Amino acid sequence: MNHKPMEEARIGVYVCHCGTNIAKTVDVAEVARWVGEQENVVVARDYKFMCSSLGQDLIESDIKERGLTRIVVAACSPHMHEKTFRGACQRAGLNPYMFEMANIREHDSWATDDRAAATQKAKALVEGAVRRVAHHTPLEPLPVEINPNTLVVGGGIAGITTALELANAGYHVYLVEREPSIGGHMAQLDKTFPTLDCSACILTPKMVEVGQHPNITLLSYSEVEKVEGYIGNFTITVRKKARYINEELCTGCGICEEKCPKRVVDHVFEAGLGYRKVVYRPFPQAVPKYPVIDRENCTYFLRGKCRACQIFCPTKAIDFEQEDEIITFQVGNIVLATGYDLFDARRIPQYGYGRLANVFTSMEFERMVNAAGPTGGKIVLRDGVTEPKSVAIIHCVGSRDKNYHEYCSKVCCMYSLKFAHLVHERLPDAEVYNFYIDIRAPGKGYEEFYHRLLHEGTHFIRGRVAEVTDAARQPGEEGKLIVQVEDTLIGKQRRIPVDMVILSAGLEARHDSREVSQLFKMGCDFDGFFVERHPKLDPVATMTEGIFIAGCAQGPKDIPDTVAQGAAAAARVAGLIHLGTVMMEPVRAYIHEELCSGCRICNTLCPYNAIVFHEDRQVSEVITALCQGCGTCVAACPSGVISGAHFTNEQIMSQIEGVLWDVRRNGNGKQPTVNIQQSTANVQQPTVNEP
Amino acid sequence: MSVNGKPKLAMYWAAACGGCEISVLNIGEHILTVDEVFDLAFFPCIADFKTVDVRGYPDGYIDVCLFNGAIRNSENEEMARLLRKKSKILVAYGSCAYEGCIPALANLTSKEATLETVFLNNPTIDNPDRVLPQPAYSVPEGELEIPEFYHTVKALDQVVDVDYYIPGCPPEPHQVWAVLQVVVAALLDGAPLPPKGSIVGAGDVAVCEECPLEKREKTITRFYRPYEITPQPGLCLLEQGLVCLGPATRSGCGALCPQVGMGCRGCYGPLPGVEDQGAKMLSAIASVIDAGEAGMEEAELDRVIEEAVATIPDPAGTFYRFSMAHSILRRANDSQSDKV
Amino acid sequence: MTESFEPVIVGFLCNWCSYRAADLAGTARIHYAPNMRPIRVMCSGRVDPQFVLKALREGADGVMIAGCHPGECHYVNGNIKTLRRYHLLKRMLKQLGVEEERVQLVWASASEGKQLAEAVDRMTEQLRALGPLRWPERVLGEDGRGANGHEAFVSAIEPREEVAA
Repeated sequence: MNHKPMEEARIGVYVCHCGTNIAKTVDVAEVARWVGEQENVVVARDYKFMCSSLGQDLIESDIKERGLTRIVVAACSPHMHEKTFRGACQRAGLNPYMFEMANIREHDSWATDDRAAATQKAKALVEGAVRRVAHHTPLEPLPVEINPNTLVVGGGIAGITTALELANAGYHVYLVEREPSIGGHMAQLDKTFPTLDCSACILTPKMVEVGQHPNITLLSYSEVEKVEGYIGNFTITVRKKARYINEELCTGCGICEEKCPKRVVDHVFEAGLGYRKVVYRPFPQAVPKYPVIDRENCTYFLRGKCRACQIFCPTKAIDFEQEDEIITFQVGNIVLATGYDLFDARRIPQYGYGRLANVFTSMEFERMVNAAGPTGGKIVLRDGVTEPKSVAIIHCVGSRDKNYHEYCSKVCCMYSLKFAHLVHERLPDAEVYNFYIDIRAPGKGYEEFYHRLLHEGTHFIRGRVAEVTDAARQPGEEGKLIVQVEDTLIGKQRRIPVDMVILSAGLEARHDSREVSQLFKMGCDFDGFFVERHPKLDPVATMTEGIFIAGCAQGPKDIPDTVAQGAAAAARVAGLIHLGTVMMEPVRAYIHEELCSGCRICNTLCPYNAIVFHEDRQVSEVITALCQGCGTCVAACPSGVISGAHFTNEQIMSQIEGVLWDVRRNGNGKQPTVNIQQSTANVQQPTVNEP
Repeated sequence: MSVNGKPKLAMYWAAACGGCEISVLNIGEHILTVDEVFDLAFFPCIADFKTVDVRGYPDGYIDVCLFNGAIRNSENEEMARLLRKKSKILVAYGSCAYEGCIPALANLTSKEATLETVFLNNPTIDNPDRVLPQPAYSVPEGELEIPEFYHTVKALDQVVDVDYYIPGCPPEPHQVWAVLQVVVAALLDGAPLPPKGSIVGAGDVAVCEECPLEKREKTITRFYRPYEITPQPGLCLLEQGLVCLGPATRSGCGALCPQVGMGCRGCYGPLPGVEDQGAKMLSAIASVIDAGEAGMEEAELDRVIEEAVATIPDPAGTFYRFSMAHSILRRANDSQSDKV
Repeated sequence: MTESFEPVIVGFLCNWCSYRAADLAGTARIHYAPNMRPIRVMCSGRVDPQFVLKALREGADGVMIAGCHPGECHYVNGNIKTLRRYHLLKRMLKQLGVEEERVQLVWASASEGKQLAEAVDRMTEQLRALGPLRWPERVLGEDGRGANGHEAFVSAIEPREEVAA
């Protein structure tokens, strides 16, 4: 093969038992014994826990005492412990890139029970790593400077928290919010469980702080259009949509809103339960204070007349000619806190939402019980006056349901309990029924809140509701909504007539989360939630360096968890800013210019525009700072003059030979056909077949 | 060296078209220098030597043997082994000896199918008894033998050790002369020879470097066969949808074909660091086909890409026209027959 | 073929989606055929068709290339290039007598451990039915020295220097 003799290849191989995680399925002693006989392998050991400090010491002392120049650890996924073992190499004075991991846990011992097959596969993976590592070259991580500015996308409680944490630490933040005001879903809520704090009362001070903070540039009614660059140095393009309000003149007095003659149903903030004017602020405490003209409904934009707002504005701030503004700025890190969408209850037709007037969604009910909401906090039926005498609250609407979302939305049990409490509080005579599958109340004070509700006299009926109907079948059902359910605790079908039904809709990923994830070049899962770097140990980082996530964009969660994530993301960003420089994996493409013919095949392949063509010299060049190391150009270069560091052809070709050690000639496990040329005298030579 | 002190030169023609011999003669008046410097030891094309003469030479008697042609049958192999033994320097001369060339395209099919096409099912064949060549045949006078026709065409270095390679179909005369000068200098003055295994008489950079056509960013929506379009002069052929193997092929020829509107066919073989010329060109061409983008539905994506790549009707023949024997797979799989 | 035939598949898994999908399959203890031997690449776009041929040449019965779904590539559209190459490569492999099932392109996101495991199971089944490929002995009929000149030739070529970062 096209392999340079590896004079200095003295390889140490360490096969980890991982307790019994690997050893149970893979004959680790046999793998170690066998690999000890392979070319270039000087030391081969198996050990209980390679990642333990004793395991790492083993590597370090072997490097020093046995003169090892390359290390292979056969253990878990490199995503788990590659860094750990690179550290061990480095401490022993070996370049950390002279290391390779063979994944014999996730990819092998955990994926089968067949001990013989698992052992054979382990040998293949280890031999692949051994042959690959023989071609590793020392590499140095690439230092990247971190721009201290940060982009936070989404102005809900998650984004607000992140922005404030960073701003208070002295770093500048661009906070981009799609809606006219920050506040997010939390601004719509009335009380928060389980403490029954007034949501607006605890949120608005934070919103105001954001609005006034010298370190925060608030871009509301704006959307990110383009993201270029990489950690430390992103260029962000934002479209600031026209509000038709001159923000420099507007005082936020609200006269325009008062004088506007047209009102429309507010499907966003009031969840369709109330109205807003065409020039409006979503709610009185909106930040920023400037209103927005809803172009689609504005009489002036539709028919060219009216201008009531313009006529009455005392500061002449109405500007019908305003256009969208494109703003570009640089940041070093990005936090995505784009929140969630509420499950659309119309998707479950048997629950009748949209068809049966007195079926409400949870967000409608939130607005209804809110003192600042459309009913002034009164709990009434759709007619706006009748108080219900009985209320059914149906849990898990769209959640824990194979037809919609299999996952638990995490907050619905608790807010349903809160709803029950609020009904008891406002309508002491009303009967309240909660239909649940399980009550999930894991949180500080949550279980206690549940008990409180049990004492308040809520009826808890365990069972998934089959149907909500207005078709009366029994006396007492006329004019009511009947909730059909199997009460699984008594094993009976029940029909419970009520006046009002509240559907506790689940949380789902934003409808456009997939596009957003593409815009930011990071991953989202099957459900559309953004994927964290590690579900347990790295919940706010993503696979993309420099991009972090917080709040419900990552998965359903309640306010305390959201705030914790917002702050955690801020801490991660602040840490990077404080460092000033991060070290990036030196996995980069490089064009050997003296061998480049200037054919320009590669020029259009790079999604990061990292490849430039020099007309004068007729050669192409990879700009290292822009290259992200995918290797697409390496694979495409017809002359083979682009190399990809740490994923070179030699390394991968050797690995292919290694993983096929047992089939390369005749499938009976004999030694490979072709062997790497050896020229060292002192390398322990295993028996090598000579053709 | 022999009695007259002149180094001995040999040239042999295995499975090849004869163009290689012509290319040597094509070096013009330099042929006189060759004649002056060398003694011909074996050169069936231009001088009357017999194999028995070669057998009679001591081992290593021939100083330089230019071996052209692929190894197609047992005679080719026998001669390769014989000349290897009798030569100090064995050169794989031309694309056939170097990497199989056109004869090796037969590796895409089987021995049986090749014989069938040549001797049985062909409009120009009249063979009612369906006679096929037999390696051995008895006649009253005795046993007759012809060489055995191999299943797989091989390059020279797949049967014997080779010292140098001169690529090209055929090698360009100026390159041939340049190589001969190096050899002469080495033999007469003891000048250093390139390291064994070197590819000589060719550049290390792709044909594009020698090609004067203007190269721009490549976005190709479909490919055309040469007869389908008249290329715009002065502009890279690949960009115009004509398959050109220039980017994946060693320079040295002076980009002769692209300059006359014919895409490079790849006869100088892969570049250093490339193991499989065909796979590399395939990768490059497919990468720049402007079909399919990230936002499309998967089925639509497959459809538009399939449609675009289908404009290359014979990828194996196109990309491996010269390098089949030296490609990674070397030949087509025809082992299905023995599968249950 | 004999009943005991177990195909060997070389898998080229992209670092961001499919390698993690395989990690996830393991973590979730999803049991699947141990026949696929993964090799990590940063992006499926790094898969040089030479790698596929190399794996077949070295005796693999099949090759699986696995990457992020179109539109979800960590590197924006590396997988689109993979897809283009795959289509052209498939046409060429057909000419080379390599059955379609032997080289497969699979999309598996990081959360699709189950789907990746199923793809491996499915491919393993298909290859069991097809029987071995084992290029060196079955196609080239090599005696072990088969790689002879080829290797000699390539070893004369100096590998490239790596990135001077």
